[in-house]
Amino acid sequence: MSISTLIWILLGLSSLAYYLGLKRALAISGGQVRHLHSLPSYYGYYTALWCGLPALAFLILWTLLEERIIILAVGASLPEELQNLPSERLELVFNQVRTALSSANASEDPVICAAADRYRALQAISNRCLAVVALMAAGLGAMWARRRIRPDLPARNLVEKTLETLLAASSALAILTTVGILLSVLFESIRFFELVPATEFLFGLNWSPQLAIRPDQVGASGAFGFIPLLVGTLLTSAVAMAVAAPIGLLSAIYLAEFAHPQVRAVAKPLLEILAGVPTVVYGFFAALVVAPFLRQAGEVLGLTIASESALGAGLVMGIMIVPFVSSISEDVIHAVPQSLRDGAYALGATRAEAITQVVIPAALPGIVGGMLLAISRAIGETMIVVMAAGLTAKLTINPLDSVTTITVQIVTLLIGDQEFDSPKTLAAFALGLVLFVLTLGLNVIALYVVRKYRESYE
Amino acid sequence: MSKGHTVDRIVASIARRRARETRLKWAGFMAVAVTLALLALLLGSIVALGWRAFQQTYLALDVYFDPQVIAPDGRLDEESLRQADYESLVRQALRELFPQVEGRTQQRMLYRLVSSGGADYLSHMVLADPRLIGTRQRVWLPASSDVDMFAKGQTGAQRAASLQPWIDHLLAQGRIEKRFNKTFFTAGDSREPELAGILGALSGSFYTIGLTLLLSFPLGVAAAVYLEEFAPKKNFWVDLIEVNINNLAAVPSIVFGLLGLAVFLNAFALPRSTPLVGALVLTLMTLPTIIITSRVSLQAVPPWIREAALGVGASKMQMVLHHVLPLALPGMLTGAIIGTARALGETAPLLMIGMVAFIVDIPRGLLDPATVLPVQIYLWADSAERGFVERAAAAILVLLVFMLLMNALAIFLRRHFERRW
Repeated sequence: MSISTLIWILLGLSSLAYYLGLKRALAISGGQVRHLHSLPSYYGYYTALWCGLPALAFLILWTLLEERIIILAVGASLPEELQNLPSERLELVFNQVRTALSSANASEDPVICAAADRYRALQAISNRCLAVVALMAAGLGAMWARRRIRPDLPARNLVEKTLETLLAASSALAILTTVGILLSVLFESIRFFELVPATEFLFGLNWSPQLAIRPDQVGASGAFGFIPLLVGTLLTSAVAMAVAAPIGLLSAIYLAEFAHPQVRAVAKPLLEILAGVPTVVYGFFAALVVAPFLRQAGEVLGLTIASESALGAGLVMGIMIVPFVSSISEDVIHAVPQSLRDGAYALGATRAEAITQVVIPAALPGIVGGMLLAISRAIGETMIVVMAAGLTAKLTINPLDSVTTITVQIVTLLIGDQEFDSPKTLAAFALGLVLFVLTLGLNVIALYVVRKYRESYE
Repeated sequence: MSKGHTVDRIVASIARRRARETRLKWAGFMAVAVTLALLALLLGSIVALGWRAFQQTYLALDVYFDPQVIAPDGRLDEESLRQADYESLVRQALRELFPQVEGRTQQRMLYRLVSSGGADYLSHMVLADPRLIGTRQRVWLPASSDVDMFAKGQTGAQRAASLQPWIDHLLAQGRIEKRFNKTFFTAGDSREPELAGILGALSGSFYTIGLTLLLSFPLGVAAAVYLEEFAPKKNFWVDLIEVNINNLAAVPSIVFGLLGLAVFLNAFALPRSTPLVGALVLTLMTLPTIIITSRVSLQAVPPWIREAALGVGASKMQMVLHHVLPLALPGMLTGAIIGTARALGETAPLLMIGMVAFIVDIPRGLLDPATVLPVQIYLWADSAERGFVERAAAAILVLLVFMLLMNALAIFLRRHFERRW
């Protein structure tokens, strides 16, 4: 029985349980509903919750753990010499087993074949067990709840308490996600730092994670110094901010202070379109329109511009960030009290003087906070640089040269099938940790600055 | 009046100060204009690249459905019809069209005029109507990508230059035609640009985004309701949740991909490359945004609604479920649709969980290996072939249309159901 059918059946059973609970409550009250503690429907909900919730919780838990347990069991049934293989080789064996499972033509290796058969058998058993246990849990839950129904059972309070717990649990998912992110990058990073010393990673000037196939090859161990990546990331972000900061700020000033309401009504939604365009579209634009154009322009001017230059990726990233900067700046400029402007006008200032000498200084903390958020976006942006920036790490601050970034390296290290123990894969998680810490730090500072500023005018 | 009087200095400086105001105003106007011009350039270049992919060049060949080739042993059952060598029928037709071409290399070049999907096309024809066997039919077959690019006047098609005399000959006979590219909307990915379509990626996106909306909307609403209506003020855990939500909203999307890889794929061993895992990752990613917008629409419900409900004896849960939530729901749905529209364009986290595999089959469920539209765009844009780049641009147009539709739906919902108090 597939999971989705099971869920539908559970939903059906729960509705049935609702009906049973309702009937039971009405029967117990003997037609005198006012003798019941709660409205009759709450007895129905009470029964339905007892029917559905435990079964559903069990179902989710089982589905999440099933695969792991089956793999353990299949692993235990493998021949001795396979079991003693190092873990990454074992992972390869399991990949073979999985391919043998999905494709109709069986593998040649009888061991793999047997393992695949065992896998299939265990899965069938697990499926059947899951269905039986879940349905039994549902039935028993409903029966137990139905038996507990008495006129003085506070069904409404119980149902409401359960709902509130469920609501709280959904909001606690935010904590769980953060913990999940932290743990997943931390664990793999710690394993990475066991293989590569943290000092080498943090201060090394060389990044070439391609492990050699033969041990005697040059650079066989791979180099994991992330400084070139950091410099590349900062370089593209700097180009992006050089575009986005002035354009975004000037547009914000224009829209907030000068623009005719009709112009505003047209321009603002159009800017929002720019903010809604998927990053892969910007990447396409950067790689196939901007980069070739830059290279040709460079030839005309006698400059050599790499086809995957930091300039191209940064320019397009800047375009992407403009609406972000302008909308935050505009909000902040709007938040400056009118009395400050009026004061400036009363002293004889022109509009431009009021803006540049009063409004902007007053809004500066908010604008700075917005810029920091924009930088953190630029650092974490992935698709534009994956498509338009280079792959080889070069320690340079020349924007015409090709550089690579942290996000690009994460993607290139993790695309495709990899064993999960090689330093290459683990390095991606260490980079992820750096990225997470970097953007988180910027966000915290930015939010702090913005909040502090907001308080001063309230 | 003496020189250097304050009034004089002020009068003298007015023109300069006014000019500065004009300059600032123009600079701001130019900034907006440049941004909008760049938007136009972005969309314009994509349309210019992509519209051609909605057309595909077809060649007319007089194919003789040779019984000797299709059914050499005279068996006409489906199995043997399916396995017949239709490729050689195409080749035969091409040789008849250009009898002057001789020599193996020349002939092999000639065969490159027609797409390798042409044989499949013939096989479908024969299977649909076996009476065709033994007849001669004029059949329109998809041209190969080289010919297609050449016919569309693409400069990058040097490879096709050697085919030019033949193409001219076909053109003169009216055997080349550009038609609407149906394959693009009905096929999955392919190694050949002229046979590649977006249906596979589109249905992958459909399953992924559908499940994302199904998961993130109820969870987001539940979390927002708890935080707005039930959560105790000045509680450590509640503060922690709030801080977390605000920070998660700004975490780069690729980090969510790492989370998906480490937790869903490695810890729970869920199947790789599936819409299920994609949707779980995108749900975690969009949840903070949905929670934040949902809270805004809950805050927009005036407090007297709550007081009135409590006043007539509703419990807190009844007040929320019967009165506050129905009023806030349209706004929440709008936020959720806009959030998922963003998720529809998301690429980076899905690369991490293996949705980049080359998948020809069209996914039929949450557990089939699939790719999504933005990833398909990335894969095609990365390819060296001109035909794929063109299709990537066309796929972008389709993606943008879908995002526009979702946003239009959200705006419609807001206009239609929004209440002002």
